[in-house]
Amino acid sequence: MQLSRDKLLDAYTRMKKIRVFEETMRDEFAKGTVPAFIHLYIGQEAIATGICVELTDQDTISSTHRGHGHCIAKKSNLEKMTMEIFCRADGLCGGKGGSMHIADLSVGMLGANAIVGANAPIAVGAALKQRVTGENLVSVAFIGDGASNQGAVFESMNLASVLKLPVLFVFENNGYAEFTGIDYHCGGGDIAGRAGGFGMPSYKLDGSDFFAVQEAAAEAVERARKGEGPSAIECVAKRWYGHFEGDPQHYRTKEELATIRRDFDPLIIFRQKVEEAGLVEGKDLDMIDEDLSSQVSSAVEKAKNSPLPDVKELTTNVYEEGSY
Amino acid sequence: MSIKTYRESIIEAMVLEMRRDEKVFVIGEDISGGRGCGDFDGEAAGGPMGLTQGLWAEFGAKRVIDTPISETAIMGAAAGAALSGLRPIAELMFSDFFGVCFDQIYNQAAKFRFMYGEQGATPLVIRTMIGAGIGAGPQHSQSPYSIFANIPGLKVVTPSNPYDAKGLLISAIRDNDPVMFCEHKALLGMEGEVPDEAYEVPLGKGRIIKEGNDITIVAIGQMVGIAQNCTSRLEEKGISVEIIDPRSLSPFDEEIVYDSVEKTGRLLVVDESNPVCSFGSWITSMVSDEVFSSLKAPTKVLTPPHCPVPAAPNLEATYLPNVDRIVEASDYLVNYS
Repeated sequence: MQLSRDKLLDAYTRMKKIRVFEETMRDEFAKGTVPAFIHLYIGQEAIATGICVELTDQDTISSTHRGHGHCIAKKSNLEKMTMEIFCRADGLCGGKGGSMHIADLSVGMLGANAIVGANAPIAVGAALKQRVTGENLVSVAFIGDGASNQGAVFESMNLASVLKLPVLFVFENNGYAEFTGIDYHCGGGDIAGRAGGFGMPSYKLDGSDFFAVQEAAAEAVERARKGEGPSAIECVAKRWYGHFEGDPQHYRTKEELATIRRDFDPLIIFRQKVEEAGLVEGKDLDMIDEDLSSQVSSAVEKAKNSPLPDVKELTTNVYEEGSY
Repeated sequence: MSIKTYRESIIEAMVLEMRRDEKVFVIGEDISGGRGCGDFDGEAAGGPMGLTQGLWAEFGAKRVIDTPISETAIMGAAAGAALSGLRPIAELMFSDFFGVCFDQIYNQAAKFRFMYGEQGATPLVIRTMIGAGIGAGPQHSQSPYSIFANIPGLKVVTPSNPYDAKGLLISAIRDNDPVMFCEHKALLGMEGEVPDEAYEVPLGKGRIIKEGNDITIVAIGQMVGIAQNCTSRLEEKGISVEIIDPRSLSPFDEEIVYDSVEKTGRLLVVDESNPVCSFGSWITSMVSDEVFSSLKAPTKVLTPPHCPVPAAPNLEATYLPNVDRIVEASDYLVNYS
């Protein structure tokens, strides 16, 4: 544990912000205020955060349908992100993307993606900048355990390996591909092990432990920046909620949920570790908690009170203006 | 100005744009060729059709990137690179292969700008080979441009000659949206006068190949040349034909077609795509909607039959619209009563 106090507080803030935000989304969804459907990131906060604390704004990430946590960890503007989830005109994408298609290129967030596994080649494409223009950047693809079986992911791993591109394939093994468990859907049962077939270093770690994720990320990012190519990091952390909000989760037991919430809470684990090591005092973290509650509720209120896109926007941004 | 082939014109467009803008690069299978073959480190082929010859020698492996056979990864990486500010030219060797990578084209590249707003600009060119005529059979001979043109966010061009191939490719590379550049394999050796310098043929602007008064023929890609070959036979019959090459299907130059049909009163479209929901049927639909009162006869579309492209040379020759069929259809429309 070699992180500075500031970096620790920053990491906690990102994780806690994800938690508070997603709990608020859960409640808003139950009230019927959120359009369409949403996929909550709770339980996996340490993954996005452990990776993103090692990245700069120039580094890029490509995300999944379960992307709120990645946006927050990459420090997207919270108010504009919330507006996008509520499909508002002033959202990050003008309200036409919504929860599953949020992007914020100003911080290197190349977009959530509702086609499972399709974001992996996109991250590889961003990494091509290192080769083509010599830019020093690292590109991360967040990939669920379900997506780990997609051909797009395998092709991306091979291409990144062949071209030695600065890519981190971060596998978020949350236990379920929609409603189907990892024990059924993953041939060989070892996602990280597949990386060896592409000649790629890999890690398999507890995704509810921020420090495990961050340490692996730091190593992989360093290799990538030095031009030594891609790495795979499998982070195991079961999601606390359904595939989407409203999923009755008939495929798992209440005991399982109780266990993961008790024993694998990334925020509790983080608190325990930093307090025991005397790095940060509990009251500092409590202050962050308070601050975030008001930040998030104000962002949500603002989003709900902001206008939907003008109907004229229906056909804008299909092509560059004036070119079609 | 000098005589160049369609193939040389495509290469020249890429070379000029790569010299002009360091963000332009080419990615695809075997585009230099020979990587990983012993000590070989040069250019083995410049692509199976020689469409990237000389690029590796000038620009090197950083900007002329050979890939594994992985169309999804190629198209997706090109989409991601474009979203990140580069200007990729990705080669989809045969357009038939779109079936293994279309998600990255139509769900990703084509939608970034709409889904993500203006930050989602995607300056991507996908060069891909279309068309029947060389006996390549059912999986290497198709012309799926009607499918591409159906996708909002994609632009689609179908150059029919060397001059347009160079000018349209330069426009496509400079454009800020994804463009499907459909080069016809039967035209690669076609020669024509082509300026040496860079020039743009604007996307969405058709060209009148030949003026006439009795019937408008809109022909796409390889069909332009076949339509031109009908001219003398039609004139022997006293039929004055106007031939239009739209050059670009999306955006499409509707006005050039409407103006012509208002003059001739008759429309025949010659289109190499499958007949059901073909691009030709879209053209006739637009003409019916907009200039119906000018029509003196029904509109007609000539396409291949609704079957895959056969390998047997006699069947392939029968498959494609030809001079006889165009003359017969024109005659029918001009004498329709």
